[in-house]
Amino acid sequence: MSLPDMQPDEITGEYQEHTLTYHDQSSRRIFVTEIETPYPDGHLIVSRTNPEGYITHLNDSFVEMSGYSRQELINAPHYILRHPDMPAAAFQDLWQTVTSGKKWNGYVKNLRKDGGFYWVYATVIPNIRKNSVVSYTSVRRKPARKKIEHYASLYKTMLSSEHSA
Amino acid sequence: MKYHFTVSPDFTPEHIPGWFIFNTWMQKALSEVIHLELYDNFESQRKAIQSNEIDIIYANPYDAAFLVREKKFAPLVKPTGKSDEAIIAVHESSPFTCVEDLQPGTRISRTDDPDVNMMSMIMLEPAELDKQNTQSCTRDTYILVAKDLIQGNADIGFFLAEAFHDLSKLVRTQMRALVSSHIRIISHSLLVGPRMQPLTDTLLTALTDMSSSSPAVLESLGFDGWTLINEEEMEFMIDLMDTLE
Repeated sequence: MSLPDMQPDEITGEYQEHTLTYHDQSSRRIFVTEIETPYPDGHLIVSRTNPEGYITHLNDSFVEMSGYSRQELINAPHYILRHPDMPAAAFQDLWQTVTSGKKWNGYVKNLRKDGGFYWVYATVIPNIRKNSVVSYTSVRRKPARKKIEHYASLYKTMLSSEHSA
Repeated sequence: MKYHFTVSPDFTPEHIPGWFIFNTWMQKALSEVIHLELYDNFESQRKAIQSNEIDIIYANPYDAAFLVREKKFAPLVKPTGKSDEAIIAVHESSPFTCVEDLQPGTRISRTDDPDVNMMSMIMLEPAELDKQNTQSCTRDTYILVAKDLIQGNADIGFFLAEAFHDLSKLVRTQMRALVSSHIRIISHSLLVGPRMQPLTDTLLTALTDMSSSSPAVLESLGFDGWTLINEEEMEFMIDLMDTLE
C-alpha cells in the first residue's frame, strides 16, 4: 500500500516540499515546516506493527503526537512518520538490528501530519513466538534536549554524505 | 482441592479488608476452598510463584509477563477504567519545577514496586538521569517514601499514582507531583494458574456479573467493575513491558 501525498491545506505554517522514496520503492510528496511539537512529560507513544512494518496497534499518545487519526494510522506503514531529515542509515540500522532478533534504541525525528516534527527516544523489539517474528513493538519517550541537539547535528552530517554519495 | 490466591504487594493498605471480602465472595462463587495469602514484598511473592504455590493472582503488570510466559497463567479480567500510572513527587517547597531541573546525584526514595520504578526511571531520562548517576533508597511502603520527602531525606519519590492519591491529606499536601505518567495501557490484572483453569468459565461469569450482583464487594476493592482481557491484549501489554525493560 502506498501512502497518499500530503496535502498543502493540511499544513500549518510555511513549508518546503520534498519527495520521499521509501525502502519498498513507493514514494510520496510531503510538506515540512520548522515547527516542533514538544514531547509531553510522562507520555509514552506505543505501537505495534506486523512483520512488514504496518501498524496494527497504537495508543492515544501516538494519535495525539502524529496528528493523524487512529483510522488513518491503523494498517498504514510505520514510515508514515518518516522525516526527510532522518538519514536512511539510521533506519537500516534499526531493521538490521530487529530482524536479527535484537532490541534497537535510537533518537528519531518524526514527521507530523501538519508538516511539523517531534523528537523521540525510540525502542523497538521483535516479538518472537515459536522462533519466528510475529510483530514489532515500539515505544517512544521524551528525549533529553542535549541528545536532540547532538543527533540533529549527526544526522545532518550523515544525510549530506548520503546525498553526495 | 484447596487453592491459593494472592494479591500484588503494591495494594493500598485501606483495601486489605476488601481483598479478604473478595476472597470470601470468590469461594462462594466457585464452591471451592481458597486461601488468601498477602505477601509483604515482591520478592517473597515471586518465591511463592516460582514454587508453584499460587493458583490465582491479582498481578502487577511487570509480573504478568513472567506469569503468562513462564508459568502458563491465563489472563481473566482487569479493573474497569483503571491503569497503572506513576508519579514522581517532590517536597511541597522543593525548588524543582520540572524533571529537567534535576541534577546528577539526585536522591530517590522508592518502594520495590517494579513497574512504578521502571516508569519513573523513564520519566527521569529527559534530565539524563539513570541508575548510575542517582542514589536510590528502597522503602517498604509508600508512606515511608512520603516520609523521606517530607523530612528532606530524598529529593524525589516514586509513587504508584493510586497510592499517592490514597495518602492522607495531611501527608499529600506536604508534597507535589513533579511529573505524572500517562501511559493508559498498563494495568494490574487477575490471572489464573494451570491448576485452577478448569474453573475459568464459572469464575469469569461471576466476575462479569459482579457489578450488579455484588457491588459492595467491588466497592471494598475501590473498583467499578471488571473488564475482560483477551490474550491479544495481554500479549500487547507484555510486549510493551519487554520493550521497556
